[in-house]
Amino acid sequence: MSESAIEITNLTKRFDDITALDNLSLEIGWGELFGILGPNGAGKSTAVNILSTLLEPTEGTATIDGCDVVFDPDCIRKIVGVCPQEPAFYPHLTGEENITLMGDMHLVPKDILKERIKTMVEKIGMEDHIKRRAKDYSGGMIRRVSMLMALINDPKIALLDEPTVAMDPKSRHAVWDFIRELKTQGKAIILTTHYMEEAQELCDRVAIIDEGKLIELGSPTELMEKHQAKNLEDVFLKLTGKKLREAF
Amino acid sequence: MNLRRILALINKDLKKTTREPAVLFLLLVFPIVLTFVFGLAFGGIGGGATTSFDVGLLNLDVTGPNTEWSDSFVNNLTSSEVFVIQEFTDNITGQAALQQGNLDAFIIIPEGFGDSIESYYGSPFDPSVWTNTTINLYVDSGSMMAVSAVPSLVQKALMETIFGSESMLIGLPVEIDSPALVESSTLSQWDFMAPGIFAFAAIFLTMIVAQSMTYERDEGLLKRLRTTPVSSAEYMVSQTLSNMVIAVVQVALVLASAFAIGYRPATGPAGIGFAFLIALAYSLVAVGFGLIAATISKSADVATGISFVFIMPQMFFGTFMPLGGATEVIAKFMPSKYITDALTTLFLRGAPVTSTIIWFDFAVVSILGIALILVGIALFERFGTK
Repeated sequence: MSESAIEITNLTKRFDDITALDNLSLEIGWGELFGILGPNGAGKSTAVNILSTLLEPTEGTATIDGCDVVFDPDCIRKIVGVCPQEPAFYPHLTGEENITLMGDMHLVPKDILKERIKTMVEKIGMEDHIKRRAKDYSGGMIRRVSMLMALINDPKIALLDEPTVAMDPKSRHAVWDFIRELKTQGKAIILTTHYMEEAQELCDRVAIIDEGKLIELGSPTELMEKHQAKNLEDVFLKLTGKKLREAF
Repeated sequence: MNLRRILALINKDLKKTTREPAVLFLLLVFPIVLTFVFGLAFGGIGGGATTSFDVGLLNLDVTGPNTEWSDSFVNNLTSSEVFVIQEFTDNITGQAALQQGNLDAFIIIPEGFGDSIESYYGSPFDPSVWTNTTINLYVDSGSMMAVSAVPSLVQKALMETIFGSESMLIGLPVEIDSPALVESSTLSQWDFMAPGIFAFAAIFLTMIVAQSMTYERDEGLLKRLRTTPVSSAEYMVSQTLSNMVIAVVQVALVLASAFAIGYRPATGPAGIGFAFLIALAYSLVAVGFGLIAATISKSADVATGISFVFIMPQMFFGTFMPLGGATEVIAKFMPSKYITDALTTLFLRGAPVTSTIIWFDFAVVSILGIALILVGIALFERFGTK
């Protein structure tokens, strides 16, 4: 296990003449829950896509547990769990079958897979629905199943892109508890969210990015003190001149 | 390449086939419905009944000393029970009946017909002294079956008239295989069309593959899979194998449905096994075309339309349509033509499975299938995953 879970150095991504990510550098440790905040088009998803090996950076490097995202994507795919912003699932399969499929892709031993699904489903409050076809799920249910699909391989690093969008408060708190437990297991977690209370509640540190650039980095408490703000929403407002939710 | 991943992905695809009503219908119910409908429409249901042709007859050899030969010929035509003879007294009325579709064929026995046969018996080894005459035979070109069967059956009746059924067995260096002609009397149009049903059913795999791939791409499922250790090769192999499984099931369903309505192919278990084999090879073609359609298409809906660019020519040039002229040339570029041709050779003509023509057809389908699937994978991975 390398010293840092994730090391991002001068990461830049350009699409033709648009710079989606501009010279981003971050270091994220094991057991750290790291939030990335930013308005729409700020470059959050680009960063997550590069870390999950779906995109190659134009410049700079990124390593996850010492594996380079460009030169060793197979290594990364074994140790990372990715929960995409738009939950991708097979509607004709049940929730359980969707999760099992992902477990099969990671070659999780069958007996462990069965037991793990049972445990995770209970924790996230889906035990009454998991054998139903996913096409019949509500938006919140789909998000919860999508997160379990991402985490079924017990990854060292979790990349959670807006995991609680469209969830009711009860489900959201169940997911928060689930994420907190992941942190206690020593996993490194990157969380993108536009719920400020979620970032404030869960994250050890947050990075605020805008137009591809890192504009602030620190723990929620540090940032609120530094900018003499009541909450992260105010911090964001002072830095970017716009409310985060409006920006999305 | 890991077998567990491949099997899990195949399982996912097959569940879609059985759980999604539209896919279930197109891939599994449609072949059954198609078989029953075509069987009903083209004479397969209640099969085994003798098919007959309405044949007009104008006998111009009614005077002179040798008219018993033309009478004998007419008797032979009538006694076969294949022809329902309707006698005409002039050519114009007979031709009109044929053109109006009231007849399948029209035969004119020329004046001097009997004299010709007598001249043959007078000097059987000296053609220079024979009195030559020609029987005029007109066949309804709109009836594929009449075109195929009537000339041979008339030829058979003529040979029986000249040589008698007994004398056909001796003394001639060239033998006419009359039993095959007798067999043809029980064929319906359905028997000619049935081999095409196998290709027809499998053709729609192209559309399902194209829809499925574009759906998985558009819904982010391919991206999601790409964040796991599954390789592109494992994914593509699973797609191919799951469609091969569906192709096998389709052949079994079409065969079972065809048998249920009385279809009996002129082949044995080995020939049936070959049908499964060539259907497997054809599924490669369908997946290849599906991948190419998915590459071009921007959405699953568009994929449906684009798929028909690949489906329609194969349907019309490679399954049921009678070929000839320019269509014959076009058909050579249609993979479905080769599966139909091989199964027609086996099921209709009763060729043995060792026949070189069916293995040539199999080789063409297999080579095209492998080439198309490689091109499809290359195109889809290069341009289709974004």
